[in-house]
Amino acid sequence: MQVNNSTGSKDVFRPKIVAFCCNWCSYAGADLAGTNRLNYPADVKIIRVPCSCRVNPLFVLQAFQRGADGVIICGCHPGDCHYTSGNYYARRRMTLLFSMLDFMGIEKGRTRVEWVSAAEGAKFADTMNDFVSTVTALGENRRLEDLRCRK
Amino acid sequence: MSKQKANALREEILRISNVDPLKCMRCGKCSATCPAYDEMNYHPHEFVYMVERGAVEELLDDTSIYRCLSCFACIDRCPRQVEPAKLIEAVRNTCLRKQGANHFKADMLPGKLDPELPQQAVVSAFRKYAK
Amino acid sequence: MHRIGVFVCHCGTNIASTVDVKAVAEAAAKEPGVVFSADYQYMCSEAGQNLIKDTIKEKNLTGVVVCSCSPRMHENTFRKAVSAAGLNPYLLEVANIREQCSWIHKDIKDGTEKAIVLTRAAIAKVVLNAPLVAGTSPVTKRALVIGGGIAGIQTALDIADAGFEVDIVEKRPTIGGKMAQLDKTFPTLDCAACILTPKMVEAAQHEKIRILSYSEVCGVKGFVGSFKVKIKRKARFVKEDVCTGCGLCTEKCPMKRVPNEFNLGMDERRAIYIPFAQAVPKVAVIDPDHCNMLKNGKCGVCAKVCSVGAIDYKAQDSFVEEDYGAIVVATGFEPINIDAYDEFAYSQSKDVVTSLEYERLMNAAGPTGGKLLRPSDGKHPHTIVFVQCVGSRESDGSPKCGKSYCSKICCMYTAKHAMLTREKYPDTEVYVFYIDVRTPGKGFDEFYRRAAEQYGVHYVKGMVGKVVPENGVLKVRAFDLIAGEQLQINADMVVLATAIEPDKTARPLATLLTASMDTNDFFTEAHPKLRPVESPTAGIFLSGACQGPKDIPETVAQAGAAAAKVVGLLAKDSIVCNPCVAHSDEKLCNGCSRCERVCPYGAITYVDKEFKMPDRSIKIRRVSQVNEAVCQGCGACTVVCPSGAMDLKGFSTEQLRAEVDAICK
Repeated sequence: MQVNNSTGSKDVFRPKIVAFCCNWCSYAGADLAGTNRLNYPADVKIIRVPCSCRVNPLFVLQAFQRGADGVIICGCHPGDCHYTSGNYYARRRMTLLFSMLDFMGIEKGRTRVEWVSAAEGAKFADTMNDFVSTVTALGENRRLEDLRCRK
Repeated sequence: MSKQKANALREEILRISNVDPLKCMRCGKCSATCPAYDEMNYHPHEFVYMVERGAVEELLDDTSIYRCLSCFACIDRCPRQVEPAKLIEAVRNTCLRKQGANHFKADMLPGKLDPELPQQAVVSAFRKYAK
Repeated sequence: MHRIGVFVCHCGTNIASTVDVKAVAEAAAKEPGVVFSADYQYMCSEAGQNLIKDTIKEKNLTGVVVCSCSPRMHENTFRKAVSAAGLNPYLLEVANIREQCSWIHKDIKDGTEKAIVLTRAAIAKVVLNAPLVAGTSPVTKRALVIGGGIAGIQTALDIADAGFEVDIVEKRPTIGGKMAQLDKTFPTLDCAACILTPKMVEAAQHEKIRILSYSEVCGVKGFVGSFKVKIKRKARFVKEDVCTGCGLCTEKCPMKRVPNEFNLGMDERRAIYIPFAQAVPKVAVIDPDHCNMLKNGKCGVCAKVCSVGAIDYKAQDSFVEEDYGAIVVATGFEPINIDAYDEFAYSQSKDVVTSLEYERLMNAAGPTGGKLLRPSDGKHPHTIVFVQCVGSRESDGSPKCGKSYCSKICCMYTAKHAMLTREKYPDTEVYVFYIDVRTPGKGFDEFYRRAAEQYGVHYVKGMVGKVVPENGVLKVRAFDLIAGEQLQINADMVVLATAIEPDKTARPLATLLTASMDTNDFFTEAHPKLRPVESPTAGIFLSGACQGPKDIPETVAQAGAAAAKVVGLLAKDSIVCNPCVAHSDEKLCNGCSRCERVCPYGAITYVDKEFKMPDRSIKIRRVSQVNEAVCQGCGACTVVCPSGAMDLKGFSTEQLRAEVDAICK
């Protein structure tokens, strides 16, 4: 099974999580979580973006298509965007996308937008722990995965 | 008391009270604020520290646990939200549960009955003290 | 054909202890396009960088992936190394396998697998990297300092002495800040005014410094090197250039009962006032909330007595817009509101005061003229209790909104207060209740010991639990942890060492500047150890207590450091821009204007351009163009573009999709 490629045991389901993190807040928050040695599951893989508004909804869809089990987008707190207003765009776009995904039968727990500032290492780790356990409980994403993408 | 047993008791107290004694920064504000201070042998800050160290037996055997008024002044004023009163209440509960004996028999009731006493109090007295 | 080199760093044992670096290097070697893969102890060391440089030349690499710490740490280091070897610096990617991998995972298997995936994603991205050339943008050779306390004054003086123009914006009518309110300064006990006021005058007289007092920053546009700042100059109702500061108006004004904020409301001032005798600028100001003339149009006394005709009741708030190359934040601190701590009876008794109020009571220019008198009845106090850590060092989420940090200065100023009180009034018993006495600093612990040993201040380890005002006496119930007994003290005064927090204006200012703050509203620094006076936002610098609690020596040191950084920036004629900016493919652009509307910087404009059509005809089409000097590279435009014409260099759609693919593989 492909989803198990990041774990030793084949029995335990380990989700694949893609996290888009804004360079100015959440990516630095993730670094801070590391500096403080706060654990969160290795299933989370972070992609650095300059701002949460750089995340095209297509990236989220593509992640699901390629077999991701959950996608989380982290940006600056409202009002604190490094580029003034990028996180508002992200919030609006993702609200639309998530409601469409919900309509298509993708559980709401698989997608999330979270605000994590550069100083909130603990919040980053908590968020990731919570998100991974939510997605693990939901199980494998079968609905959107394109089986042709499996090798 | 064996060390193991004391440890189990400590865990039990921490579980009941949901208090983390490690949060205490030892400022003594709880004991500074306690109105029942003079009545107690062990004072709120000592409760926190003794539970942390696992010295639960001394607390169980002492009358201090019954002197706490549960006024919650220590909870209100603790800068670290340690909540000593909850800890004392938990020690008190452990004491009652530990003994497990029948402290309140039905035939004791008529002597203690007060017409002003609400029905609820009688029921909870049985719950708490009777086996 | 791509020729990628992968370099995996051990970072001593930081990475190697939870990631099998050899396995990562081996796995990377199998990725398509990778021609070289190796691990090394410290990639950031000179030897490590030389390894990169040599390999680029030897293997003729077209891209480099370094698996190491966060790119926020060493991306620039490696970019420089890559560029020294003749490769474009933007053909480098860093896989973050320390902060986001080895440090958070305990299991070596988990860590290694994740590191391999992160490396794979970085390889997938670097294959699509394009060489980028950074443009330059000019630097406006002026600096703005926001806040006119000791931090702001010192920063401004240091920048001005280096030959650059500086503006100080101060929201109050005078500069000086909190230090102007202090009596003496620890640990040398020199008078605050004696060392501060010469600096204030120096700032006012410096030809390169302009002081915009009674003003606020209300809009910031632009970026490092060319900020455009809108400053609101609040109506003073007194012409600043005409008023001589004679003070006659402040004596004649009939509105006498206005609480004096400089003395923290412990005495009264008039509706027209000069905050304090050494104010800079020494110009009167009318308080519009209390002036009868401004409220009802009846009075006009100040205008009648003013011999130079400086009063202008019709003055309006005005706005100025200025260009700056750098901005220094020096907004300082204020004591927290302690209304929630009703156990200390602050709101019930006038004799319970905060330390800053006590500072004014001790000050010769204060409400009591420097005599220590109880605020309630004006009698001399014989027993004073100092309580430390009021609102500091509380647990997170404290219901009283206390602060989780140590306010740092309280131990020292309390020792100072206790010492001065005992020195002036040896008949006064002084108790200091402390949890810990924290005195790290040059001569600080000696100072505290002197207070205890030579001045006979009673230091008691423990806290005050309750203060009850009763018949003019403050009954203090406290606990002595060492003696193990509850104490009852009948005190005449109680002084609360109130926690300090960032000034209330800091949060909205941070939003204007897009500078980041921590959860306590202190500005965050670009790096906690290596870049302590810079904000992560380029061109914004931090000075003084806006970044964290600080005493005066530390504030002055940081102010100088911030000034040095500003001078370093202003000394340049131009700065290198971020080349990771948006770029529009004119052939794909359909002229819909969506990108123009979402751009927060106005970097996108539309132009009519001639295009040669396949049939050799010429067609004029409206296409978007990005001003690369203005674009900051957020990428908002790339997502709204319906035709896919807009893309972000360095974070292109292709690259990010490749990363998604690599992670999900």
